[in-house]
Amino acid sequence: MDYLTLLQILDTTVRLATPLLFACLAGLVSERAGIFDIGLEGKLLMSAFFSAAVAATTGSVWAGLAAGVGASLVLSAIHGLASITFRGNQLISGVAINFLASGLTVLIAQDWFGQGGRTPSLSGDARFNEITLPFAQSLSGLPYAGQGYTELISGHSLLVYVGLLTVPLIWWMLYRTRFGLRLRAVGENPAAVDTAGVSVLRLRYTAVAIAGVLCGLGGVYLATGLQAGFVKEMSSGRGYIALAALIFAKWRPWYALFACLLFGFFQALSFRPDVVERVARIDIPGQFLDALPYILTVVILAGFVGKAIPPRAGGEPYVKER
Amino acid sequence: MRDGAENAGRPDTAAPAIELKGISKAFGPVQANKDISIRVMPGTIHGIIGENGAGKSTLMSILYGFYKADAGEIFIQGRKTEIPDSQAAIAAGIGMVFQHFKLVENFTVLENVVLGAEEGALLKPSLAKARKLLSELAAEYELNVDPDEMIEELSVGHQQRVEILKALYRQADILILDEPTGVLTPAEADHLFRILNGLKDQGKTIILITHKLREIMEITDTVSVMRRGEMTATVKTKETSPEELAELMVGRKVLLRVDKKPAEPYARVLEVENLRIVDEDGVERVKGVDLHVRGGEILGIAGVAGNGQSELLHVLGGYGRAAGTVRVNGEDIDLTGSRSDGQSRRARGIAHVPEDRHREGLILDFFAWENMVFGYHNAPEYQKSSWFMDNAAIRRITQEKMQRFDVRPPNPALAAKNFSGGNQQKIVLAREIERDPDLLLVGQPTRGVDIGAIEFIHQQIIALRDRGKAILLVSVELDEILSMSDRIAVMFDGRIMGERLPAETDERELGMLMAGITDTGRAPVHRPPSGLVTGNGTQA
Repeated sequence: MDYLTLLQILDTTVRLATPLLFACLAGLVSERAGIFDIGLEGKLLMSAFFSAAVAATTGSVWAGLAAGVGASLVLSAIHGLASITFRGNQLISGVAINFLASGLTVLIAQDWFGQGGRTPSLSGDARFNEITLPFAQSLSGLPYAGQGYTELISGHSLLVYVGLLTVPLIWWMLYRTRFGLRLRAVGENPAAVDTAGVSVLRLRYTAVAIAGVLCGLGGVYLATGLQAGFVKEMSSGRGYIALAALIFAKWRPWYALFACLLFGFFQALSFRPDVVERVARIDIPGQFLDALPYILTVVILAGFVGKAIPPRAGGEPYVKER
Repeated sequence: MRDGAENAGRPDTAAPAIELKGISKAFGPVQANKDISIRVMPGTIHGIIGENGAGKSTLMSILYGFYKADAGEIFIQGRKTEIPDSQAAIAAGIGMVFQHFKLVENFTVLENVVLGAEEGALLKPSLAKARKLLSELAAEYELNVDPDEMIEELSVGHQQRVEILKALYRQADILILDEPTGVLTPAEADHLFRILNGLKDQGKTIILITHKLREIMEITDTVSVMRRGEMTATVKTKETSPEELAELMVGRKVLLRVDKKPAEPYARVLEVENLRIVDEDGVERVKGVDLHVRGGEILGIAGVAGNGQSELLHVLGGYGRAAGTVRVNGEDIDLTGSRSDGQSRRARGIAHVPEDRHREGLILDFFAWENMVFGYHNAPEYQKSSWFMDNAAIRRITQEKMQRFDVRPPNPALAAKNFSGGNQQKIVLAREIERDPDLLLVGQPTRGVDIGAIEFIHQQIIALRDRGKAILLVSVELDEILSMSDRIAVMFDGRIMGERLPAETDERELGMLMAGITDTGRAPVHRPPSGLVTGNGTQA
């Protein structure tokens, strides 16, 4: 395998890892606050649809972004209402959100555009286009480092860079700020937070809202960056893969980045069966490569990655008691 | 009798630190607090004593903003104060140390202290400031804790100090402690009392909620007694006695000391030799224990919770695996194989009243009559035919047992969770004792049980002893161990540290053994010679 092919695969890895990363970080913030979020998948999908639909209608990707994030936030609010205020079962609420998104997106798309549950293709200002970083052109002549810069670092859409920057941002927030301390505490022992005079409800709603924004960005990237428009079920399980990555990452931001890149890498491989066959020197069915990220998800969820300790109060509604 | 408090401690020119007027609170039909008025003067330690369910905790929860009172007023330092939430309580200078600590286990001490009282949006300056303040407080009040240690690495005594530090960091003038000594060794409790006295000398006001009369007598200036939601009396501690307080709590005369004849032990019923238990995480919990219990005697096992007593009870009761030898009536008990379960233990005449009645003793959502047959459900009198159980008979038998054990209400059709702690325990005891076992294993028989019920439970256990049965009693309450046992073995770190006769020892000596300190120094590395445990006489 030559260097350029490797760069191409890694480039695809970064693109495919980005929606996973947004969803994974969304799950991280939510679950660190003690609210399990099975509904990542639904939020990705809903946000992808609304961003594509609004971008297609208005011709502005920024309007699409606002619509996508807004749609995701609405689902977050429903999840918050069900699991924080009404102390419902967080898993059931999350599953309901996934079903809701799966049905609603296709229904509205058909009613709105009449194209069989998809949106029109996006182009121009209705998409997040690739950004060429400074000097990319002039450096591409340099072997290795220059090529790497041009092929791998440069030429992604804005949201890819935003996603990568979110990782240190979330880390800093969690471990260096007052808000982060309280957020982690509320996921471990909400009673400690409550008796310290801090509102458990407000903290958890904030966390769920942050998760909504992040997940929304992931969905927006899916429909307006990675692809050009919405198609039915386009999130294709990424929300669940992100959950697996979150467990793999033991609920830590930097680990989350690496976990998402790993899953992204396996997804990227399935686009290049020729390379895999050449390297592995055996015939691997394309379907197997397609299935690989999902198989990996199952393996990870089955606990083959060592002990991952989730936040202790995760999944439990907080009831005041002595 | 509502006189003493006004004149206690400081001169009565000062405004009370806390004054409650006519506080009432109902939960549905249950009146948890009825028209409660109380005055606590600054710079005093005020005890609040009462049985479980007397309304102490509800009252303190109202004071800390967990519940809103239906009626009544709260005055803090003379000013009328509304306390809608914990935030307001903290702002009013109230700090609370809960019975179950409110700490984040995988945070450091420092992080727990600043949580909710940070200086600004960034952590660094807050942590630095807290670190400085903690070292000052440590020096002033003997409140030493390593600020960088994780909470889960600390002993309960140290965790409690963190709770006190949290309150002091929030500049609390009034400190409320809810059953603070329940989890402490006697030495740790003494240390706590030194801290509390130091805080009192600095002018802090302390409210101590407890059911232990001894502590009230030892440390408080004034004491209020609650019964069934009402404040029945407030008296100066110097002018009262434990007997009077107990009577005020229960509403009738209570026998504080257990009344029992000398033991008349005969043959050994239980013999344990070199028992070793390794838990799921591979940690050795019991490190070679030798002991025996004879028919007609009670062997009390004292120790701070978590030193292997629970594991010992579990294995003897039939869950968990172990190495070593256990004989009952001279026959070996299977400790590892398929016959090592509760069912086969019961068949051998071993009955077990587990330490945690909610998780191991009962199924709370099941009816009393169902709970009454668990473990003995295959007994012939409960069967109608080989396929069906005779539920009518079970209900009838349950009702009889409930009456004999004074379970209130004696209604077999109530779910176990609807009984009070004491009555739940009586259900478990009735189930186990009524099968007439040769050996009764009993763990924490009176944890969370009212004084009135404690008396009854103790009498039942002693009656079983007097019928010539062997009893192994595990309790963290030293009073209980001292009053009930015919011999006392102290466990520390999975080993028996020594054996004493109740008449020849006291709390101090047992407390030292519980902390792993023997006459010859710290805990020995090797297990103590077995003669220490098996060789003693029993004529107490």
